[in-house]
Amino acid sequence: MTDRVSEAVGPGYRVERVDGSDGVAALRFAGELRFRQCFQSWKGVRELTQPAASRMRLDLSRVDHLDGAATALLLELKNELASAGAQTDIVGADGPVRAMLELYGAHAKRPSQKPPPVKIGILDQIGRETLELVRESNALDFVGDVAVAGVRALRRPSLVNWADIPRLMERAGADGVPIVLMIGFLVGLVTAFQAAIQLQQFGASIFVADLVGLSMTRELGPLMTAIIVAGRSGAAFSAELGTMRVSEEIDALRTLGLDPYHFLVFPRVIALALVLPLLTVFADVVGIAGGLLVATVKLDLTYNAYLAQTQQAVNLWDVFSGVAKTAVFAVNIALIACQRGLATRGGAEGVGRATTSAVVTSLFAIVLVDAIFTVLFNAFGR
Amino acid sequence: MPSGAEAAAVLPPIIAADELAIGYGETVILERLSFTVPHGEVFAILGGSGSGKSTLLRNLIGLDPPLGGRLEVDGAPPRQSDGPPRFGVLFQSGALFGSMTLAQNVALPLRKWTGLDADAIDVVVRSKLRLVGLEGFENHLPSEISGGMKKRAGIARALALDPPLLFLDEPSAGLDPVSSVELDELISTLSRSLGMTTVIVTHELASIFAIAQSCIMVDRGARGIIARGAPGALRDGSDDPRVRAFFNRKSV
Repeated sequence: MTDRVSEAVGPGYRVERVDGSDGVAALRFAGELRFRQCFQSWKGVRELTQPAASRMRLDLSRVDHLDGAATALLLELKNELASAGAQTDIVGADGPVRAMLELYGAHAKRPSQKPPPVKIGILDQIGRETLELVRESNALDFVGDVAVAGVRALRRPSLVNWADIPRLMERAGADGVPIVLMIGFLVGLVTAFQAAIQLQQFGASIFVADLVGLSMTRELGPLMTAIIVAGRSGAAFSAELGTMRVSEEIDALRTLGLDPYHFLVFPRVIALALVLPLLTVFADVVGIAGGLLVATVKLDLTYNAYLAQTQQAVNLWDVFSGVAKTAVFAVNIALIACQRGLATRGGAEGVGRATTSAVVTSLFAIVLVDAIFTVLFNAFGR
Repeated sequence: MPSGAEAAAVLPPIIAADELAIGYGETVILERLSFTVPHGEVFAILGGSGSGKSTLLRNLIGLDPPLGGRLEVDGAPPRQSDGPPRFGVLFQSGALFGSMTLAQNVALPLRKWTGLDADAIDVVVRSKLRLVGLEGFENHLPSEISGGMKKRAGIARALALDPPLLFLDEPSAGLDPVSSVELDELISTLSRSLGMTTVIVTHELASIFAIAQSCIMVDRGARGIIARGAPGALRDGSDDPRVRAFFNRKSV
């Protein structure tokens, strides 16, 4: 007997290696090969394959059961040995064991069609996202399409789907009133509170009215309202149009001879441009009311004194400039949201991406436009 | 009303493609496509999944521009201009507008393109829905009806303006065998009695034999048309292994 025998044992199965005098090394498997059991102990089986013989034989004649993943392990072992230069055969399998091997071995080994995605570091990721933001923001195609459609709509206003506007105004405007009121009130209250602590030290409590009145009407009212509307309606518009895009409804519109710009985009732009200034007026009023609450409760100012001071400090231009710029915010929010929605690719994930991108880009545009307005108003001395 | 064959003898083909190349961006999927569809025929575009048949349909209905060659649908390039649509399209999922009832969906093209008043539109809408067997479902939303009914409603909307040509994108996809047969019968009846040309993109063998008079088969590997003719003749007489495999349900 020149045969050399060594063995590995795992739960439910055992493998012995028999090195024959003919130079063939046989691994004889016995028992039940189940992935859960043999995965842990598979290392022992792999060690059995060393030292490699020029011919290897995997003998399964005494295997009673072979499950799917264990088959994969076995075939992987065979491939490994073969690529290391050993001629390897699986022998002795019959019945269900053989069927399993045929099932898993049926498809020829092919290289992956697409290389696995490269791992991206966190800094790299941030850089990519930033570039993406810049690249997406310059959606010139859309600007061109909107301009062309806009000129046609000006020539023939009947092209625009006016009938949808009241419904959209209700959803973007009326339904948004509670949240705008609450946030406006709280922002006025917080501003007054912060200011009160400082102003009290100088005995200048009455100027809380100036501070709250001016900051609400000129900046905080418009900005907070626009941010709320971008989060509510901007997200809604892009999700709605994105879903329509994905479910072929935009294509269907085109084939019915209806232009998506006239039918979907312009009504949304107009509706938002009408409701955002109105919501801003609400935010201004409740913001001043929030300041009033702090002034009367914490600073012992009278109701009349506060209102009189506000009236004196805030003039019509302050209110008007704040409200007017929100119309520009509204156009930005609606156009960005619709562009992202119409440009949606892929399925549910695409809609999610479009919505995220719509809100992020809208917020960026709002702040940018606001900065431009501030500089312009400043230059004209207002 | 002339039958399909007579009309075909008199009129030029309703669809004429000459050396057409299609794809997206820079990628050409199919090229050198030349075929014609005569008036009044039920014409099928066949091909396996990913063969480019849906892209060809998008070109035929003017949603994507051809990358090359010439394509005329009803005497003009298919790209939608300002005028009313010259053909109806049923999309794979029906593509009904989710916020509108079935009646409003069907009424949409009528409101846009006809001067009819609300009452007249209502009459037309009811008749179209009755035509596809959806009478009584006027006020249902698309989310409240089954997949087969959505496709019927989609056909009603596509037929709203009585187009001479109807495109259907995989009408039987996702339907049970009975609904699928019923839909085939509906398509067959409609095209026969309305004298309408019907172009169907499909890979459903039963539908093809039941309703198509002629077909072309496209293949992405061959980048073009690999067979044309009557479905029965292709099944029995084609030498091409890909065509035989398709018609005999075998893997290549």
